[in-house]
Amino acid sequence: MRRNAWFELLRTGVAIAAALIIGFIVTSLVSESPAEAFGYFLKGPFTSIRRFGSFLEAAVPLTFTGLAVSLVFSAGQFNMGAEGQFFIGAVAATAAGIFLDLPPVIHTVACLAAGMVAGAIGGFIPGILKARWNASELVASLMLNYVFLKLGMYLITYHLRDPSAGALVSLPLKESSWLPQFTRTTKLHAGVFVMFLVVFACYYFLYRTSKGYEARMTGQNISFARYSGIPVLKVMLLIQVLGGAVAGLGGAVEMLGIYRRFQWQASPGYGFDGVIIAILARNNPLLVPLAAVFLAYLRVGADVMAMYADVSAEMVSIIQAVIILLVTAEAFLAGYRHRLTLKEVKQRASAS
Amino acid sequence: MRAQAQPQATDPILLMKGITKVYPNGLVANSNVTFEVRKGEIHALVGENGAGKTTLMKVLFGLEKPDEGSIFIKGEEVRISSPNDAIRYGVGMVHQHFMLAPSLTVAENIVLGAEPRKGIWFDRKRAEQVCKELSEKYGLHAEPAAKIKDVPVGIRQRVEILKALMRGSDILVLDEPTAVLTPQETDELFEALKSLKAMGHTIIFISHKLREVKELSDRVTVLRSGKVIGTRDTDQVTVEEISRMMVGRDVVLKPMRPKATGTRGEVRLLAKNLNLVQDGTQVLKDVTLQVRAGEILGIAGVEGNGQVELAEVITGLSPCDSGEIWVCGQDATGKSPGEIRDMGLSHIPQDRMIFGVASNASISENLISTRYDKRPVSNGFSLDIKAVAKLGQDLISRFGIKASSAQQAVGTLSGGNIQKVVIAREFSTEPKVIIANQPTRGIDIGATESVHKYLVDATESGTAVLLVSADLTEVMSLSNRLIVMYEGQVVAYFDEVQGLEEEEIGLYMLGLKRQEPDEVTASMMGRPVE
Repeated sequence: MRRNAWFELLRTGVAIAAALIIGFIVTSLVSESPAEAFGYFLKGPFTSIRRFGSFLEAAVPLTFTGLAVSLVFSAGQFNMGAEGQFFIGAVAATAAGIFLDLPPVIHTVACLAAGMVAGAIGGFIPGILKARWNASELVASLMLNYVFLKLGMYLITYHLRDPSAGALVSLPLKESSWLPQFTRTTKLHAGVFVMFLVVFACYYFLYRTSKGYEARMTGQNISFARYSGIPVLKVMLLIQVLGGAVAGLGGAVEMLGIYRRFQWQASPGYGFDGVIIAILARNNPLLVPLAAVFLAYLRVGADVMAMYADVSAEMVSIIQAVIILLVTAEAFLAGYRHRLTLKEVKQRASAS
Repeated sequence: MRAQAQPQATDPILLMKGITKVYPNGLVANSNVTFEVRKGEIHALVGENGAGKTTLMKVLFGLEKPDEGSIFIKGEEVRISSPNDAIRYGVGMVHQHFMLAPSLTVAENIVLGAEPRKGIWFDRKRAEQVCKELSEKYGLHAEPAAKIKDVPVGIRQRVEILKALMRGSDILVLDEPTAVLTPQETDELFEALKSLKAMGHTIIFISHKLREVKELSDRVTVLRSGKVIGTRDTDQVTVEEISRMMVGRDVVLKPMRPKATGTRGEVRLLAKNLNLVQDGTQVLKDVTLQVRAGEILGIAGVEGNGQVELAEVITGLSPCDSGEIWVCGQDATGKSPGEIRDMGLSHIPQDRMIFGVASNASISENLISTRYDKRPVSNGFSLDIKAVAKLGQDLISRFGIKASSAQQAVGTLSGGNIQKVVIAREFSTEPKVIIANQPTRGIDIGATESVHKYLVDATESGTAVLLVSADLTEVMSLSNRLIVMYEGQVVAYFDEVQGLEEEEIGLYMLGLKRQEPDEVTASMMGRPVE
């Protein structure tokens, strides 16, 4: 077991290193001064407090969608719908933030709950389609992203829009609903605590509760789960609902903590990043924040690079792609692993 | 014929030297194995399951790449990296699970990959001619025009052998060839193998049925835990000696059936007129049976005659088209596997890797899969991980599971120990009814012995057991009562197993003989409680 964990860590490390090297090669092809450009990329997030802050801020929504996807993946189900669930969660929190009249804290909690419920509905639909009619949850959740995007934009445009603003944005959320920001220089906000709470709750659910056990066993071997008496269809539904709730909560936190009025015109892309994060974190909730921080680091670094050097921020997509390919490629470093195994077996044999 | 020293009988035709094979999960399947086969002999390769027999043969056939070691055929070192190489060097393999195309004919299967042609067309006549000539030459008769799916298992096996012979194999490997055969078919196979030997072919025969090894082979090599324990002339050793080499200690080969308690207990499992159609064939036809507390009802039959489907229907894994199922007086028809388990039913599935375990999960996680939401493991919401760990520890020691800890992934255990995990889980919930489907399939003698013991102990303390087994010796020596299934039907019922002949049961298994359906039901159900 320990050997396995160590090996997976090594594999991820090598994949990241390889991806950075390839990223550097690409940079040198397009840049006049590649070393400088790549320097901005690597050091970018640490060059000012604001950048450091924005790098940590960016990790928060990524953690939520990463958790949402990890939960569903743990049960062996697909989830391509975190994008739409995150989006509709943000819209619901916006509506609650505008229309409800509640004292501080309680208002915040109500907005978060609204986001969760909206996201949960977004998970319920593919879940029930799968459990009832065996419809592919991959297709259903993917297609629902468009539905939620258009539904959300409709609600913002026709029911929540601020007519006095110059752009297509919602009315501002009432101050009683806000998640407080810690300092003036960064937008880092109290949503971080909500995030850690949810990280721990997801871990607790998967590894310490009976329902979580059901989900993991369904993911490990669905025939075994059915044979053991685990109600696998209910599990599929539950895990989609939970995943949706976590994604929707993420959208709500982002609204209450950072934006305070809805201003997205398109889907922000955190849901698909959630898939990348779940893969990097091997679906382990405790590793999700680390993976999210890493991805956020790449993103902010790329932005800084694009700002100061002649390389566009999309370079980071190449690095991401290489990492995902190498991490998911089962045979990558398999030969090295086998030699390790052989060596260990021999040591054990000569020791006994 | 055996030990008739032909002049070339001592030339090694095959030498596998220092073969080591470690699987990616760290399992050492072969450790410095040296295996030598002489020309023209029948060489038995025996060992408990997980001893490394199949792996060694996979290495020989190019299906697995060894980490160390070399192979010599007819004195020359060879590199075998694919089955094609193996066939080129004259090695033919008859797998445990036949590799035939069911919708093609016997002749088509035999020539597959080396089809005779007329122009660009397949020459069917020529193929059937080739097939006929081969059959006659080797005395292995099979109707060339018959479709594989329409012929019995024994014939399919013959087709596999003919296929290997057609490709010019002079070293023929048979992996547990008798596991799927009736006694009659086994006899015919042995005749065929002996005549092949007389024609100068070399045969490697993998088995764990020592009686057969003794009857058929010239020499025997024993493997244990991936190592060679020794090679002996078969007529110089007794069955007991071979089994001691295999297990490393003395074993009792004949299991004892549970003592009849005198009075028969209440009916714990009742199935009435079960019918099931799958893919257009009727796999269960009016199956009616009952099992009482404190007895083992055995189901004999060649594999694939509805036993698996029956077990799946009873345990709720698949629905039936009509009929009723009652477990401990409760209606279990159409209920989910979880609900039926809650009525007191346990199930040892035929395929442990598909149903019995989640191989990447730990031993304790596998042990709690039927009680993860009940005390003491859970309070209904959260798991008590101390209780989980304790249960894991307890069951590992109580059932003698060989593992480094309860955290070890089940997939890294040997087959016998994986089965022990399943047994430990299914027996430790105090079941009222146990469905045991092939409970000792593919596990070693030591583990088999303990599985038998658990079954008998549970029965004697009042559990009702439905035992399905393709191993006729096993099902006959363990059961109190016996039924035979053929093509989805119960074709015979025996109220008393003692004194029955295996050959007699074999006739029912082959469908050559059957009792009147009404009589079967009447004698099984209608007998007044004594």
